[in-house]
Amino acid sequence: MTAVTADTAGTTGVSGVSDAAVAAEQAAYETVFDAAVAAEERIEPRDWMPEAYRASLVRQIAQHAHSEIIGMQPEANWITRAPSLRRKAILMAKVQDEAGHGLYLYSAAETLGTSRDELLDKLHSGRQKYSSIFNYPTLTWADVGAIGWLVDGAAITNQVPICRCSYGPYARAMVRVCKEESFHQRQGFEALLALSQGTEAQHAMAQDAVDRWWWPSLMMFGPPDDESTHTAQAMAWKIKRHTNDELRQRFVDIAVPQAEALGLTLPDPDLRWNEERGHYDFGAIDWTEFWDVLKGNGPCNDQRLSKRRQAHEDGAWVREAAAAHAKKHQHTGKHGEAQA
Amino acid sequence: MSSTPDTHETATFTGAALALGDDALILSHRLGEWAGSAPVLEEEVALANIALDLLGQARILLSLVGDEDELAYLREERSFRNVQLAEQPNGDFAHTIARQLYFSTYQHLLYGRLASGDGPFAGLAAKAVKEVAYHRDHAEHWTLRLGDGTTESHERMQRACDALWRYTGELFQPVEGLDVDHAAMESAWLASMTDILGKATLTVPSGPRTGAWAAGAGRQGLHTESFGRMIAEMQHLHRSHPGATW
Repeated sequence: MTAVTADTAGTTGVSGVSDAAVAAEQAAYETVFDAAVAAEERIEPRDWMPEAYRASLVRQIAQHAHSEIIGMQPEANWITRAPSLRRKAILMAKVQDEAGHGLYLYSAAETLGTSRDELLDKLHSGRQKYSSIFNYPTLTWADVGAIGWLVDGAAITNQVPICRCSYGPYARAMVRVCKEESFHQRQGFEALLALSQGTEAQHAMAQDAVDRWWWPSLMMFGPPDDESTHTAQAMAWKIKRHTNDELRQRFVDIAVPQAEALGLTLPDPDLRWNEERGHYDFGAIDWTEFWDVLKGNGPCNDQRLSKRRQAHEDGAWVREAAAAHAKKHQHTGKHGEAQA
Repeated sequence: MSSTPDTHETATFTGAALALGDDALILSHRLGEWAGSAPVLEEEVALANIALDLLGQARILLSLVGDEDELAYLREERSFRNVQLAEQPNGDFAHTIARQLYFSTYQHLLYGRLASGDGPFAGLAAKAVKEVAYHRDHAEHWTLRLGDGTTESHERMQRACDALWRYTGELFQPVEGLDVDHAAMESAWLASMTDILGKATLTVPSGPRTGAWAAGAGRQGLHTESFGRMIAEMQHLHRSHPGATW
């Protein structure tokens, strides 16, 4: 791990190295780190990094990983009811991809000195968050399409710049995640198009889903720039490349013509092209709802977390068995291939 | 009723394709129910992988004899030809693994034989047997871990093996149109079970390998009660929008 950490810097260690010497060493490491970030070089797990940078990355990557696994729930809700075998196969593959994304992201977080178990524990105890979007329910089949088109579309807008994140393992995980998310977004669009062009009832189902998912999708970019506590530092470290409002605008500009192509309307009377800005203007977001859902009062917060905890508790005996079996056979090599 | 050799041949082929296709369709559905509830993230990926392989097999098989969606969504319970083992509820993870062990070992033996023959399913079986080899390995590894893991996992796995044993006789009832030696396959399957359950420190169940009904009931459209609820859920949306495309 690191040669010097913020915890040890500034104290006189057992070796008798003076505070001044430690501080000088720390400053030298920081200079190297800052220069690497400025030069667009990747920071790798064995490189020295400021503790605050490490903590910020763990928080963000963990939240991202948690969002992937909690995000399986609203879509898995429709696997057993998918209306055609083709749609069922696509949906199962999509939910499986999300589990896979969770795996890469927990692995990326582990390179920072934490563990999946520790992070899951923080998720289950409410000490770490996941994206609030998943606290909304999937009420009809069209919600699966709307999630693909809008929620995955917003996620891609957020995540493509992270492919250039200063931290190597996160950036690399994100390249793979974005490729798959791009497929998810297209299948969502295509599923909604089929509904929009289908029967009257199917069209109405699609419109209803878009009406419900549009505003929460805009909230996915986080609070407005002047209220975002993490943005400035994350941008200085090149973990983040654009502000919340910039990304939100980019998403709106992409989504409006897509909605037109779908033959569906977006539920915002103030949505119109602004020639002068070269962007779409859009109406005011209900930030009260955003903060309310974030604090735990969304339609499905309790349900999502309870289900996650239940799955974890129900699986405890399985994980214990796998560990016990591995321990029994670690010396003999017998059944050694039996890894989860 | 009399039928020309051609129509008899068609009916035989249809029956065999539905038997294989429904096994894959129904087991895939049950595995899909695990999404979001697996004991560990790696198993979310693995169970979905197996479910997707089976769904892919089902789609090819059903499409050989009709419209895949009409067959999956518009048949009544009594028209499904899957073995009862495939429809058994997931239960705990041990039940799912025992079901996988019994079924994938059977399916691997069957597809291996079909692949080496010259029947109409040889091509499909040659591809599927590779997928099913992974399904079998997955089930065997978990049988070892659970059987020879903790006291609790051992007990759960033994209970699961015992509970599902009665559905295994049906796997080896001859299916017209599948030109394989079912008796030889059954011997190989039993030998495999004796081997793997032994390695897992589990006891080969001693109970009967049929339910109160004769083995082969599922192939005749006689299913267990949970199956009706399962397909009610599966078919509800499709049936609610007659003629719609998705």
